[in-house]
Amino acid sequence: MAAVEVEDLTVRYGSLTAVDSASFAAEAGLVTAVLGPNGAGKTSTIEVCEGYRSAASGSVRVLGMDPRTDQRRLSERMGVMLQDGGVYPSARVLDTVRHFCTLHARGADPRQLVAQVGLEQRTGATWRRLSGGERQRLSLALALAARPDVAFLDEPTSGVDINGRDAIRGIIRALADRGCAVVLATHELDEAERVADRIVVFDNGQVIANGTLDELRRGSGEIRFRSQAPVDVRALASETGLIAARVGADEYVIDAPPLPRVMATLTGWLAERGHDLTDLRAGAQRLEDVFRRLTADRADARAVAEGTPQLAEPRRRRRRRKSQ
Amino acid sequence: MRRLVAQIRVELLMVLRNGEQLLLTLGIPVLLLVFFSLIDVLPTGTAEPIDFLAPGVLSLAVMSTAMVSLGIGTGFERSYKVLKRLGTTPLGRGRLVAAKAASVVVVEALQFAVIAGTALALGWSPVGAVWAAGVGAVVLGTVAFAGVGLLLAGRLRGEINLAAQNALYLVLLLFGGMVVPIDELPSALQTAARTLPAASLSDILHWSLGTGSLHAASWPVLTAWALVAPTTAARLFRWE
Repeated sequence: MAAVEVEDLTVRYGSLTAVDSASFAAEAGLVTAVLGPNGAGKTSTIEVCEGYRSAASGSVRVLGMDPRTDQRRLSERMGVMLQDGGVYPSARVLDTVRHFCTLHARGADPRQLVAQVGLEQRTGATWRRLSGGERQRLSLALALAARPDVAFLDEPTSGVDINGRDAIRGIIRALADRGCAVVLATHELDEAERVADRIVVFDNGQVIANGTLDELRRGSGEIRFRSQAPVDVRALASETGLIAARVGADEYVIDAPPLPRVMATLTGWLAERGHDLTDLRAGAQRLEDVFRRLTADRADARAVAEGTPQLAEPRRRRRRRKSQ
Repeated sequence: MRRLVAQIRVELLMVLRNGEQLLLTLGIPVLLLVFFSLIDVLPTGTAEPIDFLAPGVLSLAVMSTAMVSLGIGTGFERSYKVLKRLGTTPLGRGRLVAAKAASVVVVEALQFAVIAGTALALGWSPVGAVWAAGVGAVVLGTVAFAGVGLLLAGRLRGEINLAAQNALYLVLLLFGGMVVPIDELPSALQTAARTLPAASLSDILHWSLGTGSLHAASWPVLTAWALVAPTTAARLFRWE
């Protein structure tokens, strides 16, 4: 049984459907990243999982419990990190952590927790005097106060510097490694790519992709190259069947699997025409590209369905570039 | 119990660390009490101004703690998502409300000790006081004002709530019979003032602490506010 099971979840605010028949699961010991643009339904879904919000329909089980009716019992085993706020501005770091540890039956040791998130030098500082990154660390400490079996973390590295991000990723990884199911809502694709075991992509209230990073990247290879002299992409397409798009002053991308045969065809064609390459990369697409593809495909489909072609304009431009 | 005590401790710490709230709950009431009892410029209708001012300022203390301090604090907790954050812990709404109520009681006890002590030092002598009625009125007044404070806190944005609570505080201070007797107001204003919880509470406290007579509407009006305000607040309160 998964630690978090969301099945056919729908959340409405009046006439607005924020989450539309979403289904996914998060396993113990894994980090599940929930991705999506603003207003995609990530936070509403997570708030239902936390027991904070009611579902219009569908079913949500967290650690086998109904988050709404078993909220008190569930909260003993659940850690929650809000996107921002959640602390009295005049409250001090150690006091706040100690308070949240006291609220849980099997609360963590406050001093250890403060040290774990790297705030041991700031124990007496009030929330209002903390930097953005320090606030995120304190919020993370509060999410860990319960020694949780399931943790919902909303944008945990937002506003944190590079070193702080590494530290927070390390804490998240350690949390999952000790068996906690971590559900991470984030806009930062790089974050998800680095720390997540599974990825759930939301768009317009619906889950549009769900799987491991490798599963999402499958069939999404690309070859990128830079050439000092302009490349005749029409000739390339007609002579080799490789469709290249110019994406920068001297950069080109081909949506194709990075197979040796394809690479040989491309480099052979370029060599025949005397092109000097300044860069050549082949591999799976970055999560950012996968995400853009997934959400762009949906935007196109919506535009066609609604008869609003202007919404599909960026995509069409991309296609035109490819055919140049 | 451990969680409740922890939350009460935090609630009290937040009040004590907040200079504005201390000014509101202790500074202003004591200042008004001392100033107007030493400088006899108010038409109190009593031989000694302190005999009118002491019960009135005690009413003001209830209003400042139960309505303004609680309302502003809760409003900002809502804005800062403290309530949302606490909502995901095992604390529960019941303990949160109980902790807030307990902190109001503790602050009121502190206020009463300071204000009554100052009033006694200034010559107040509550002869013939009906203490039980006074305590009953304070309990009803606390519930009524807490309801009004939480109603505003649960509906308005933090800064707007702050302004609204302070404006209401000023209006009720002036028209609630706390420092200016209601009988001194124009007759139309008197009628309106008698429908307010501030006027009812101060009227009952003036009577129960040995100054003035009891208006027939005071108990029913205060009881009605104590029932309607918290019920409405509970129905309309938005946690986020």
